[in-house]
Amino acid sequence: MKRSIFLSYLAGALAIFLVWWGISAVVALPMIPSPWVVAAKLVNIFAKSIAIHAAYSLWRIAAGLVLAVVVGFPLGMVMGYFPKADRYLAPLVYLTYPVPKIALLPIFMLLAGVGETSKIIMIFLIIVFQVVIAVRDGIRAIPKETYFPLYSLGASFVQVFAEVLWPASLPKFITAVRVAMATAISVLFFTETFGTQYGMGYFIMDAWLRVNYLDMYAGIVCLSFIGLLLFGVIDLVEHFACRWQKR
Amino acid sequence: MRSSIDIGNLSVAYDRGQFIVLDDISLTVPEGTVCAVIGPSGCGKSTLLRVVAGLQKPTAGNVLIGGNPVNPKKQKIGFVPQNYGLLPWRTVKENILLGCRIRKEMEADTMERLAVMMEQLGIQGLEDRYPRELSGGQQQRVGLARSFLLRTDVLLMDEPFSALDAITREDMQEVFLGLWQKHAVTTMLVTHYVEEALYLGQKIVLMSANPGRIAQVLENPLFGSSEKRQQPEFFAMGRRIRNLIKEMGGNA
Repeated sequence: MKRSIFLSYLAGALAIFLVWWGISAVVALPMIPSPWVVAAKLVNIFAKSIAIHAAYSLWRIAAGLVLAVVVGFPLGMVMGYFPKADRYLAPLVYLTYPVPKIALLPIFMLLAGVGETSKIIMIFLIIVFQVVIAVRDGIRAIPKETYFPLYSLGASFVQVFAEVLWPASLPKFITAVRVAMATAISVLFFTETFGTQYGMGYFIMDAWLRVNYLDMYAGIVCLSFIGLLLFGVIDLVEHFACRWQKR
Repeated sequence: MRSSIDIGNLSVAYDRGQFIVLDDISLTVPEGTVCAVIGPSGCGKSTLLRVVAGLQKPTAGNVLIGGNPVNPKKQKIGFVPQNYGLLPWRTVKENILLGCRIRKEMEADTMERLAVMMEQLGIQGLEDRYPRELSGGQQQRVGLARSFLLRTDVLLMDEPFSALDAITREDMQEVFLGLWQKHAVTTMLVTHYVEEALYLGQKIVLMSANPGRIAQVLENPLFGSSEKRQQPEFFAMGRRIRNLIKEMGGNA
């Protein structure tokens, strides 16, 4: 099982590698270097320069994610469990959810400075709405009957939470984080082109401005691996936390 | 602790009395007996059960369990819904222990009793499975084990065997009777199968619909006897009840 998953990822990477190689051979421009050269470059400069940028990017994503979960999970739960709360909160969520968060970046940069805070707020905003909606819908989808054996024994809210609300909303919650993650990485890239000397966004844009295509591609490949790493972690969490769903 | 169930002048209405679900229901289920409630769909029998379980407030009247007003915090009320009430994210063992967990009654011998009960129910070896990996009959056994392990004061079952195929249903009725004979918990079960009511109910309550009322209460001498199940008197009694229900304009 584990082995076959590993092999399928290897095959996927190989396919991308071959297509890239083919295109670079046909186009034959420095703009699209051969993947061999990029791989060699990545190995060469990873520890020296890319690692620190990758660490900054990961930290921003982690901080934004944790913040989004801390705020979004309880909010979604309250909205899902108490219809009254949903009636008041849903309009607020629906009105703010479609606002393109990236458009607010200049405002956050003015208010929170161009440093870490505004970047983390950005990631937070991308993820939090998806978490709220997913957790709320997950809880709403629980059949009423599921609660009955607990209510009839006088279960406290904490017990209902631990036995029903938390496990029932977990799969939807994890899916929401997975979906939001890709957007979060793209937005992170964008925010990192302003007001920082660190992060994959900075590294890639800097390489681009220096017309150093090899560095740029090495950065892009590294970013892709960061994404893979994050998705891998999410899948792993799901595997252990939602065992009951596995077939 | 076994407790009687006393229902006094119970009514349930929605939309400020516009829609009456239950109208003036009075019923006593003596300590340690089984009462089967049967009636056409829409007669409010499931609502009645939910009120007795303390899951829903009545519009008027009251329910006493063991002489005290129903209160899920005070009494131990085992409620088995139609879908068995298993939590899909908990293993069989965790599901059976749910009641004991909620009531914080994990005693030294709980695990031992759990093993014995699973053996009795023929679900040993399934401890670490999840409900969706079990057959309907096995799920039902887990639901029953949960309630009997906790030794609830009363047991309330909403169409407990309806979702099972005919053969499994008869098996499960035997299983239930076997458990019940050991523990003699006061039980109310709602069903739409006449044979099930005849086999499992010492007292059979016939309900009529629109609004839900008790039409008739029958003492059932055929209760719990698997020999009599094949006898003409069983079929005769079944026909009688069916006719009574038909007269009320329902079908069962």
